[in-house]
Amino acid sequence: MAEFDQELDASGLNCPLPILRAKKTLNGMQAGQILHVIATDPGSVKDFDAFSKQTGNELMESKEDGGKFHFLIRKS
Amino acid sequence: MDEKKLAIIATKGSLDWAYPPFILASTAAALGYETQIFFTFYGLQLLKKRLSLEVTPLGNPGMPMPMGMDKWFPVLGLALPGMQGMITAMMKQKMKSKGVASVEELRDLCQEAEVKLIACQMTVDLFDMETSEFIDGIEYAGAAAFFEFAGDSDICLYI
Repeated sequence: MAEFDQELDASGLNCPLPILRAKKTLNGMQAGQILHVIATDPGSVKDFDAFSKQTGNELMESKEDGGKFHFLIRKS
Repeated sequence: MDEKKLAIIATKGSLDWAYPPFILASTAAALGYETQIFFTFYGLQLLKKRLSLEVTPLGNPGMPMPMGMDKWFPVLGLALPGMQGMITAMMKQKMKSKGVASVEELRDLCQEAEVKLIACQMTVDLFDMETSEFIDGIEYAGAAAFFEFAGDSDICLYI
């Protein structure tokens, strides 16, 4: 996994909390910085993809590892 | 890109029906939508400072019942006093264990994200409600005010 500036562990949280927490964390970050989100909600895979497309924050990486989902999002 | 707009009318005042308006509004706000929810009739319960929302299995054959309770308690059993409170407690416990946010938390997130919450003034008068019962930061208005926003909305939902 590439380097990141901030990490958000949304494990155990269900829709829509991972997205809402991610958005809140991104609000406090600078453009170009990278957020690493960890989630356990299987719905978050499609949701982060949709979040990225609609907000313009680039989803650099989306992968599953050991039952957890990892997302790298670059703030636009 | 112009900001998209979402307008929601929330008409129901039970625990299960409290979720769709707050989930959709908070998510839309996170996606950059300008969002308003207009609360009318029983939907006003969702704006109370002290929420006492319950869920009822009565008249709701689609509700999954724990431990085959629907077999042990056919319809008349579900109408027994205390049953609604018990089902509500079980539902809240289930939601907590699955990491589903509480209604209060989602409502707070909506307010934080500047979702505009509007209470129907007519309903407040109709049911003799006191504005002191409601959370701060909401507005009171009527149907015309709803259309001013909804008329320009990209998505409009009646819940």
